[in-house]
Amino acid sequence: MKIKKTKAERAGDIVIYIISALLMIVCIYPFYYVIIYSISDPAEAAKGIFLLPRGLDLSTYQGIIKLNDIPGAYLVSILRTFFGTGLTIICSSFFAYLVTNQKMYFRKFVYRFVIITMYINAGLIPWYMTMKFYGFQNNFLLYIIPGAVCAYYVILLKTYMESLPKELEESAKIDGAGMFTIFGRIVFPLSKPILATVGVFSMVGQWNQWQDNYFLVTDAKLQTLQMVLYNYLNQANRFQSMSSNAIDASAVTSSITPSSIKMCITVLVVFPIMCVYPFLQRYFEKGIMMGAVKG
Amino acid sequence: MRKTPGVSGGVRKKMPEGKKFFLASIPFLILVFAFAYVPLMGWAYAFFDYHPGMSLFDCDFVGLKTFAKIWANKEELFRVMRNTLALSFFSILGMPLAVIFAVMLNEIKSSKFRKLVQTTTTLPNFISWIVVFTLAFAMFSTDGMVAGVFRAIGVDKVVNFLGDNKHAWLFQWSLATWKCLGWSAIIYIATIAGIDSELYDAAHVDGANRMQTIRHITIPGLYSTFFVQMLLAISNMLSNGFEQYFVFYNPLTADKIEVLDYYVYKIGVLTNDYPQSIALGMAKTVISVILLFSANQLSKRVRGESIV
Repeated sequence: MKIKKTKAERAGDIVIYIISALLMIVCIYPFYYVIIYSISDPAEAAKGIFLLPRGLDLSTYQGIIKLNDIPGAYLVSILRTFFGTGLTIICSSFFAYLVTNQKMYFRKFVYRFVIITMYINAGLIPWYMTMKFYGFQNNFLLYIIPGAVCAYYVILLKTYMESLPKELEESAKIDGAGMFTIFGRIVFPLSKPILATVGVFSMVGQWNQWQDNYFLVTDAKLQTLQMVLYNYLNQANRFQSMSSNAIDASAVTSSITPSSIKMCITVLVVFPIMCVYPFLQRYFEKGIMMGAVKG
Repeated sequence: MRKTPGVSGGVRKKMPEGKKFFLASIPFLILVFAFAYVPLMGWAYAFFDYHPGMSLFDCDFVGLKTFAKIWANKEELFRVMRNTLALSFFSILGMPLAVIFAVMLNEIKSSKFRKLVQTTTTLPNFISWIVVFTLAFAMFSTDGMVAGVFRAIGVDKVVNFLGDNKHAWLFQWSLATWKCLGWSAIIYIATIAGIDSELYDAAHVDGANRMQTIRHITIPGLYSTFFVQMLLAISNMLSNGFEQYFVFYNPLTADKIEVLDYYVYKIGVLTNDYPQSIALGMAKTVISVILLFSANQLSKRVRGESIV
């Protein structure tokens, strides 16, 4: 049965559609602009482009791939995302599994000890000094170890694991399965939905993280893609002198401009997120809701 | 886990399960201690006349002198606090936008279109502030897209948004809203989905129109969630976030967008005064925790439920 809409409601629909469309354009257009700029002929693009690329030209991409800092930074970013997320998932989920066991000694204390870290923040300098003290300066481990047990993820995982049927665990215990077997064979596989959520959060976080890099890593081989983008943004002159050599040497047309290089790197930074994000969106939503329950 | 000899001799006895689980958690507790609690010890440096490179044992204990030093520079401190609170205030003021957006999305009947709107508006939340800066630069710099439009339609006046001191707060607020609006709306969308659909059916039967339904069912259903979000925002008001103001920092707008998080960085890293920076960070954390607990108490009293 269809309820007939009144005139006012139809007018309301139109308003809603227009506002939604405008919001979508505002959110998407900057990305679109950067993409069309990056594939346009740099000289033409500098004159101003709005809707369509002008004079398709991929020479900037060819040029920056030859710059020695970009492919390396891409690799560092991929590695930190992969290992950082892997470690976070394993540690946070195993810890969450441990604290779901009601019989655990000092259970409340152990859980709170970790959760409190969400609210206490020592500050920039104490963090910096501590990391330096651990020898994490110019060390890849800086990117992956400190976030291994994350309080927020522990809350999400623990809340989910507590909702799993207890019978499976009990019967496995009767069959003689130990702590690790129960976790690896039963709890971990059953928690896949929330693990996906945490994994996605962690991946995005790792990919976008750059402060650890900025404050503690000067080694050129360990720069992340975000940091390289930032450096290019800020030191237009430095990069011009630095990159023009590489680009001239590669005998690519010399039409590449500083802006076109920035645009290309931005596309390279955003590309992985844009590719995976639409498919993973539902996991984000689940996470934010579960976090709200006890966050 | 290795089996330890049982308490009662003779039969090999398994370690109690609770103990086993506790022992297994110790490595993780050490990790958390090392990365979240050990840095707190750095707060001690706030009470010494410390300079980078020295050992703490060689430094003079100065007590609260560091705090006096921060106070001595109070003009700058007030400016920083003004910016911090103003920007937080604006972002709290803008919170209803996410509610309105969520209500609006809920009114879209085509679920495909709704999904599309939601997906596109949430995208900005997943990029770093560095990328936001590149995008803003591409749009709003003097040779960016907007300036290009102005030139194309023959307007000579070029507005430099990134260096506009007068509207710096508004500009930063707009950027933050652009980045977070879709994301903040998710929680309200989910709350709306949880509202009893019988209420809507009853309203239909009674002949309520769309605006009446929104005003009397949807919005009241969101009060509680909004209240929690608001309390969290208030208890978080000293943290505007470092990244945004770091990447958008420039001399033209500095006196408007230098916030506490940036100031801690500036004093610590740029002027290299560790004790002062540590003292500032310490004060910030302590005040934030107090605010959070007060907000929590308030929530307990008003809603009978805690928020943390």
